[in-house]
Amino acid sequence: MKFSQEKLNKVKEIMARYPEGKHKSALIPVLHIAQEENGGWLSTEAMDHVAEVLNILPIEVYEVATFYTMFNLKPVGKYIFEVCRTGPCMLNGSDQIIDYIKEKLSIKEGETTPDGMFTLKPAECLGACGYAPMMQLGNHFREHLTKEKVDAIIDECRKNAAKNN
Amino acid sequence: MKLLLEHAHVEGIRYYDTYRKNGGYRSVEKAFKMTPEEIVEEVKKSGLRGRGGAGFPTGMKWSFLAKPEGVPRHLVCNADESEPGTFKDRYLMEFIPHLLIEGLIVSSFALGSNATYIYIRGEYAWIVDILEQAIQEAKNNGWLGKNILNTGFDCEIYVQRGGGAYICGEETALIESLEGKRGNPRIKPPFPAIQGVWMRPTVVNNVETLAAVVPIINNGGEAYAKIGVGKSTGTKLLSVCGNVKKPGIYEIDMTQTVEEFIFSDEYCGGIANGKKLKACIPGGSSVPILPANLTLKTAKGEARYMNYESLADGGFATGSMMGSGGFIVLDDSQCVVRHTMTLARFYNHESCGQCSPCREGTGWMYKILKNIEYGKGKMSDIDLLWDIQRKIEGNTICPLGDAAAWPVAAAIRHFRDEFEWHVNNPDEAQQRNYGLAHYADPIHVPVTA
Ligand SMILES: Cc1cc2nc3c(=O)[nH]c(=O)nc-3n(C[C@H](O)[C@H](O)[C@H](O)COP(=O)(O)O)c2cc1C
Ligand code: SF4
Ligand code: FES
Repeated sequence: MKFSQEKLNKVKEIMARYPEGKHKSALIPVLHIAQEENGGWLSTEAMDHVAEVLNILPIEVYEVATFYTMFNLKPVGKYIFEVCRTGPCMLNGSDQIIDYIKEKLSIKEGETTPDGMFTLKPAECLGACGYAPMMQLGNHFREHLTKEKVDAIIDECRKNAAKNN
Repeated sequence: MKLLLEHAHVEGIRYYDTYRKNGGYRSVEKAFKMTPEEIVEEVKKSGLRGRGGAGFPTGMKWSFLAKPEGVPRHLVCNADESEPGTFKDRYLMEFIPHLLIEGLIVSSFALGSNATYIYIRGEYAWIVDILEQAIQEAKNNGWLGKNILNTGFDCEIYVQRGGGAYICGEETALIESLEGKRGNPRIKPPFPAIQGVWMRPTVVNNVETLAAVVPIINNGGEAYAKIGVGKSTGTKLLSVCGNVKKPGIYEIDMTQTVEEFIFSDEYCGGIANGKKLKACIPGGSSVPILPANLTLKTAKGEARYMNYESLADGGFATGSMMGSGGFIVLDDSQCVVRHTMTLARFYNHESCGQCSPCREGTGWMYKILKNIEYGKGKMSDIDLLWDIQRKIEGNTICPLGDAAAWPVAAAIRHFRDEFEWHVNNPDEAQQRNYGLAHYADPIHVPVTA
């Protein structure tokens, strides 16, 4: 993975937000861009590229990428279902939603379907507790989940994937 | 009484023109006619207390900011909002982003911050776009940039996205993260007011705190201080979740009783599905859980009110805390052991790992709670849990350790019989939750609104 010129410009813009010499501050925002460009996960190669662009040591990138839950260090499915299971969501049936997804897609927590479409990643509180149960899908939240809604989301993802191919 | 959400339902309030037509950015005009010291003075007079959880007086915090000659200072807005039960900042930013931007401009001017950062949890990705659009609109209309309104004051606001880590809500971890590092809290002192981001003097404030600066400047600190009761001045946003009829965001002036808040139609609308109130965690997952009777009344038998002092009445023995305003309600079919187990898992997942009591202790608490919940617990496990939480509390670099210990302590303190029931009835514990018991009793004729 190497940043396109467009993404590189975005990276430069982010680096300019900080005082002279403090451009390492751009690391997390830039890792988000790198992950998006690299099919949803950070390979060593992608992280090394980020280190080069920010002019910092690769280890400085690895230690950060391994700390934050949003960075995936292994390949993931095209769509990641990040279902919250913390207290408030549990009170409203998140366990049942997770069980339903496991059954429907025949995968366990942390696994990806064999066709590379879906990954199930249990999550801790995402700030949508009053609209529980919920999941994060890409850059958005899906809230007030029911089994029917989960079915509809899976169909929607399959359709989108077919359209983009 | 609404100050922050007064215009939240006006159509198009998310955009500049509508926001401005509804009185937006007046506080900036007013602030620029004042000196920074006068603004800090107004905030002091208002009695505003930090809305991020700790409730520290904002004006006092601002007056601690060091001002060494030639060293830039920074204001950082804490939009990490990750405490389970809390989703109020999200609502503010999503629906009235200009209120935050307006508060940030006034506060940046008061503190002398020419580059102000909003550190937002990475999962709120779409809100980053909303905020950046609002910032752009503010800039296009001359409220940000160089020499704003010919005052000679320069200010830029940048949105910084986090990477998914609860600990980055702790202000020194947030600062480390903003510097592009792991979110490991720093040992204090030095406090951020002396050495914060890039070792420069820094103020970190919560989203709601900074939004509240707008009505304080508009109406004056004294007028703000008249709202509310005692040291709980102004209005507070509550995010309500769990088993109530109407979960969501409520702005209150802190004069309501807890009973009115839970049961009246104006607020939560009572317990969902015809069930009874069993327990409540009034201020986000870190604060002590209270059984129904202590939720509604203090140990002295007086009504409990929705404010800092009353919620804390009785200390940890019989009270709780206002915290972040994440109001979690459990109905009588819910299992306190299971709920506590999910919280222990949360803190274990979120511990940064620097201090052994927190790193190891949270892991042990989760394991033991899981055993009890799944019918593999022993009676001695309950005392062991108590012992572990006591050894974490107060023995760590940052308060996450305490935040992990308190929910476990309170659950055992008030619901020990429920833990024992799990140990004594391992098979039944798998089949149904323990939801009967004394604490659902002295309840309840709903108040009509
Ligand atoms: C583990 C931990 C998590 C925290 N998370 C948040 C948070 O998500 N948002 C927040 O505003 N404050 C959070 N705080 C409190 C901050 O450290 C800090 O006190 C607060 O941002 C100060 O702002 P205020 O005075 O306006 O409340 C957290 C504290 C701890 C110990
Ligand atoms: S208490 Fe926990 S989260 Fe805080 S510094 Fe120590 S290990 Fe990290
Ligand atoms: S507990 Fe699930 S979003 Fe907060």
